[in-house]
Amino acid sequence: MAEEKFRPVKRPRVPMPEQDPRERIGNFREVPFGYTPEMAVQEAERCLGCKTRECVAGCPVEVDIPGMVALIRQGKFIEAYRVVRQTNSLPAICGRVCPQEEQCEVRCLLGKKGEPLAIGRLERFVADYAMQQGLAAIERPACSNGRVAIVGSGPAGLTAAGDLVKLGYQVTIFEALHAPGGVLMYGIPEFRLPKAIVQAEVDLLLAMGVKLCLNVVVGRTITVDELVAEGYQAVFLGTGAGLPMFMDIPGETLNGVYSANEFLTRTNLMKAYLFPEHDTPIKVGRRVAVVGGGNVAMDAVRCAIRLGAEEGIIVYRRSEAEMPARKEEIHHAADEGVIFRTLTNPVRIVGDERGWVKGLECIRMELGEPDASGRRRPIPIPGSEFMMEVDTVVMALGTSPNPIIHQTTPGLEANRRGCIVADEETGLTTRPGVYAGGDAVTGAATVILAMGAGKRAAAAIHRQLQEG
Amino acid sequence: MAGTGPFEGWDTVRCPYKRFGGSVCLLTSHEMGDQISMYRIVERRDLTPVTKLFRVEAPLVARKAQAGQFVIVRVREQGERIPLTIAAFDREAGTITVVVQEVGLTSALVCRLQEGEGFFDFVGPLGRPAEPLLVGEGRVVTVGGGFGVAPVLPIAAILRERGVHVTSIIGARTQDLLILEEEMAAVSDELLVATDDGSRGTHGFVTDVLRRLIDEGSRIDQVIAIGPMAMMRAVAEVTRAPGIPTLVSVDPIMVDGTGMCGACRLTVAGKVKFACVDGPLFDAHQVDFDEQLRRGKMYADDEKRALHAWRCGGVT
Ligand SMILES: Cc1cc2nc3c(=O)[nH]c(=O)nc-3n(C[C@H](O)[C@H](O)[C@H](O)COP(=O)(O)OP(=O)(O)OC[C@H]3O[C@@H](n4cnc5c(N)ncnc54)[C@H](O)[C@@H]3O)c2cc1C
Ligand SMILES: Cc1cc2nc3c(=O)[nH]c(=O)nc-3n(C[C@H](O)[C@H](O)[C@H](O)COP(=O)(O)OP(=O)(O)OC[C@H]3O[C@@H](n4cnc5c(N)ncnc54)[C@H](O)[C@@H]3O)c2cc1C
Ligand code: FES
Repeated sequence: MAEEKFRPVKRPRVPMPEQDPRERIGNFREVPFGYTPEMAVQEAERCLGCKTRECVAGCPVEVDIPGMVALIRQGKFIEAYRVVRQTNSLPAICGRVCPQEEQCEVRCLLGKKGEPLAIGRLERFVADYAMQQGLAAIERPACSNGRVAIVGSGPAGLTAAGDLVKLGYQVTIFEALHAPGGVLMYGIPEFRLPKAIVQAEVDLLLAMGVKLCLNVVVGRTITVDELVAEGYQAVFLGTGAGLPMFMDIPGETLNGVYSANEFLTRTNLMKAYLFPEHDTPIKVGRRVAVVGGGNVAMDAVRCAIRLGAEEGIIVYRRSEAEMPARKEEIHHAADEGVIFRTLTNPVRIVGDERGWVKGLECIRMELGEPDASGRRRPIPIPGSEFMMEVDTVVMALGTSPNPIIHQTTPGLEANRRGCIVADEETGLTTRPGVYAGGDAVTGAATVILAMGAGKRAAAAIHRQLQEG
Repeated sequence: MAGTGPFEGWDTVRCPYKRFGGSVCLLTSHEMGDQISMYRIVERRDLTPVTKLFRVEAPLVARKAQAGQFVIVRVREQGERIPLTIAAFDREAGTITVVVQEVGLTSALVCRLQEGEGFFDFVGPLGRPAEPLLVGEGRVVTVGGGFGVAPVLPIAAILRERGVHVTSIIGARTQDLLILEEEMAAVSDELLVATDDGSRGTHGFVTDVLRRLIDEGSRIDQVIAIGPMAMMRAVAEVTRAPGIPTLVSVDPIMVDGTGMCGACRLTVAGKVKFACVDGPLFDAHQVDFDEQLRRGKMYADDEKRALHAWRCGGVT
């Protein structure tokens, strides 16, 4: 393949076909349709095939992107999929939700003059293609190497489980909720990541012999100590950062105020958008304010619109340039009619006489000197308070790790922010034999970083158990 | 190692992934036309026309359960998650007992379950145990209203075991709705009954009986009250002036039950708490009951709609 001579084709980035905004605000179906094989080949032909392989260096799990692209160009989609799977066990998911614009694509040479290669779309394409071909039939490795317990079935846990089962371990995942997938299942909405894809990925792991025990809250139903006593030789904690933050402003317990976690869990995991066929209700008013500027805020506001809100408003204290959400998602939200109130911060939620939200009092902000995060610090403008008439408020201010695990596991240290202390390279915690990775260690981050941590921990567990 | 001791239950932890070809767990109820199911109901008792008791196989939950804690259940694949207090547990038999009162769609679906059938999901034990919050000596009055008698039962039992003098007051609208009278008598030094219509015991509310006890001037070291929110608020009012430490088990709307969503938040002593992890037992004199009553009604019209749709559709 290396000898293959190819000439990059100069053409603009192949656009992603997607559902029309006017139509999609009325449903929860996926927004981008995905490339056709022809589109994928056309896009792959843009690759310069440069020697520096900068894109690979930008990928937290170092997918052989040039290898994948070259095979797509030749129409060898299944082979391309195999290349991706060597290092990325959840390509259909990453192709959809990774912030490629900050990772692989930002480093693409094509981006110097025009638009970078659409690496994420190509990754999604090969993964979807392989799935459609029924490529799920994967051999079941012999499990003779020992038993490992994985706590949490988010991307970190799923990745660690996948790698360990391939290495011949008996792997059991313990999940607190009634469905596996973590944030992929309860947080990220159907229109951005169809749940059937998450299920298919989990299914693949189960087919390889991973055991999944749902409805087990480790720390409550069973402790880490008991898992060890039961004969699990290593435990991996991929419990995420599931604890919602509130602002501590007056009115946060009024009816109609949600954490983004609750709003999204009701919508996605419990399928409140199918109420009353599904039993879980959700309340969405005519005007919904979502406080925050990350992916979580974008997901919540786009759900609100689909659930029938006439107006979805993002309230964010810095300017649009500082928003941590992926650019693509900000654009999607804007296309769907979301209103952005930037440089605006809530100070109080006001209720009517029945205790329902009727307004959000905000203050205008201006940007001052850069703070610790390097972003300019927002400062309130005195006297600029104003009232925004809304009937639902969703707080999307970030999350921190749930303390259940470290409170119930002696010897397991957490830092001030509640994050489990773990070695960056191996994921080893302060408890021998117990590893951790993903949001539980870093605080809210990304799918691919959680996967990377799961991968490194799996390798470290393998080393530990081989050395005995 | 696998399949020893309490972990016999391991392979039977329900997994809905069978339908995706997974190799995990045993068959699930919906697959086998309700023939086999996990979280099997081994005993069902009709306590009243609208209150049922279920003893459920859940060995992992039973190993850890303590008085004051709760479980979260679902009854069907599209079902919602609802919390139910643990009324009893049997570690040897691996069972958990819950008492459910029919108030809306999901509780109605639960109440239709028969012996041999099972819950779709059953997770726990959740919340903080009552034990560390209970006094160790003296005299305690427990108050149970409606289905609330069931969660009071194991708490009264702990107190009795500690040698505390337990006076229990149980109440209901009418005699036919009274539950677990015998069981309560067995764990109390004294059992007092009140019905709103006077069909049994004192004619009046449980709070009338409680007030009488206080007025009689006997020392009371702690009151534990579980039942409808309005009853718990009334108890809090009665014990506030004499300054008797009082615990109530709040029952806000919940989703996950692990601290992840914040649906269950309430204000206690001016601070926001999550009932599922910080409670459900709280100091009654610090709880903002008005807020709780209001939050409990958040979905009232949707709930009616769901119940109506189910009744009319006749779906099971
Ligand atoms: C709404 C939303 C949108 C996002 N969008 C993006 C995006 O577009 N791109 C991106 O890269 N990232 C995105 N993220 C972030 C990304 O989803 C997370 O960084 C990632 O899922 C973290 O993976 P994890 O495996 O560490 O934890 P999680 O995905 O949080 O999974 C943790 C799992 O552990 C379980 N668990 C927790 N405690 C216990 C316990 N005691 N016992 C048993 N199980 C337990 C939880 O129920 C959960 O299933 C988004 C996050 C949210 C909330
Ligand atoms: C910690 C705790 C312990 C509980 N223990 C018991 C028990 O032992 N026995 C018992 O019969 N009931 C118990 N409940 C109450 C029980 O969970 C509700 O009655 C049930 O959820 C009602 O659901 P529904 O669909 O039947 O009624 P709906 O028609 O949905 O609602 C009726 C009322 O129930 C409450 N409710 C609705 N959904 C929820 C929810 N997801 N979580 C909590 N409350 C809700 C609301 O106040 C609502 O107005 C407990 C609640 C909590 C929080
Ligand atoms: S029920 Fe979700 S945080 Fe308590």
